[in-house]
Amino acid sequence: MTTLDRARAAAESVVDPELPMLTLADLGVLRAVELAADGAVRVAITPTYSGCPAMAAMRDDLVRELRGAGFAEVRVRIALDPAWTTDWITPRGRAALAAAGISPPGPAPRRGGPVVLDLLPPRRDVRCPRCESADVELTSEFGSTACKALYRCRACLEPFDHVKEI
Amino acid sequence: MPAHHDHESVYSGLLVNDAHWAFGTDFEDPLAGVDTTVPDGVDPAVLARYCLVLGDDALVLSHRLTEWCGRAPDLEEDIALANIALDLLGQARLLLARAAAADPSCVPALPEGSPVPAEDALAYFRADRDFGNVRLVEVPNGDFAETTARLLLFATWRLALFERLAGSRDAVLSAVAAKGRKELSYHRDFAGRWFLTLAQGTEESRRRVLDALGGLWPLWPELFRSHPVETAAAQAGVGVDPASVAAEVDAVLARVFAAADVPRPEAAPRVGGAGRDGAHTEALGRMLAEMQVVARAHPGGRW
Ligand SMILES: [Zn+2]
Repeated sequence: MTTLDRARAAAESVVDPELPMLTLADLGVLRAVELAADGAVRVAITPTYSGCPAMAAMRDDLVRELRGAGFAEVRVRIALDPAWTTDWITPRGRAALAAAGISPPGPAPRRGGPVVLDLLPPRRDVRCPRCESADVELTSEFGSTACKALYRCRACLEPFDHVKEI
Repeated sequence: MPAHHDHESVYSGLLVNDAHWAFGTDFEDPLAGVDTTVPDGVDPAVLARYCLVLGDDALVLSHRLTEWCGRAPDLEEDIALANIALDLLGQARLLLARAAAADPSCVPALPEGSPVPAEDALAYFRADRDFGNVRLVEVPNGDFAETTARLLLFATWRLALFERLAGSRDAVLSAVAAKGRKELSYHRDFAGRWFLTLAQGTEESRRRVLDALGGLWPLWPELFRSHPVETAAAQAGVGVDPASVAAEVDAVLARVFAAADVPRPEAAPRVGGAGRDGAHTEALGRMLAEMQVVARAHPGGRW
């Protein structure tokens, strides 16, 4: 294992503070892990939403994990471009969300040209993560965190979170 | 005690170490490691003021929306408005930080050794006359219909601006806009759906949303009046002249009004200065007094 591989493995093991069933890598917010000429590890992370309150916690967790793996000097920078999209959540991340009772996002909307106004409740191919029924209803477009919508399953009657496509 | 791995319980780390909380004692530069070099041929003061006024729009409306916390008609709407406020606060923070990085002289001076970051100094230590937000965002919330109508107007306008701003020559503004437009499209559609629901609901809900729209309409033309700083930013290729999005915004609103069977209001523009020049309504001063009082009382405080 090269030094860079070790750094990458350590960084990729850090979990998201708000979705702790996911690693930052599986969430797609870990954008780069590099070795600087002076031996420091340089890590880039990107916020999911502009107001993401967890950036400092992510930074602290990355620094702690990498120090624990023997890297004394760690520099974490913010990468704003390109903007995060739910399409970056890995297949393993989607499986982890579903296993934790959170419905993973569908494909993000395609960009290009003005965003079309949508006055109808969003139509998504959402299934209840508990009983897999497709008979679900949207309770609110905004859920427990900025990245989630709130749904209710009409079959098993349980509420659940859905990660919104962006 | 058995040895346990850090991630054995996902919350174990949170309980032993306060520094872990993102909203605790630890401020971070929201542009840490981002290249904030001002593009060639752009006046840093123009770029800074332009970012500041766009940031002020978001900051002031964010604060107004947080006034709904715990008071919205139901829990879902309470959470929705708080989430929208958080998105706008995030946009404001990035834009204020970008303004400070472009032209540090726009940041109010604080006592030596104050730990207050630049974007907070801008948010909490400027007077109302130094805020450049449009007046639409500062007037009090009113009822849920007024909040819905204002959010529809604001998000429709800002989304159109951000669609174009994503092509800014300033890489930071471009990235903030590319991210923000995803959020704003959720805000606009949320407000649009509620506008429709209220307009087609009961006689009372329709009356209220029509009153709300009519009451806000005099403040609407101000959003499309090109201010010299917007014109200069647009000419330098970093900003967008708001007059250039008027037709597009109008077309979107026309669709909402048609679906809701609501006539386009005809109220005359409100007289007086423009928010972009720091000429505000009384409401902003009162809002800022509450928003800023704690920070101003403790300019050396850590939060
Ligand atoms: Zn179910």
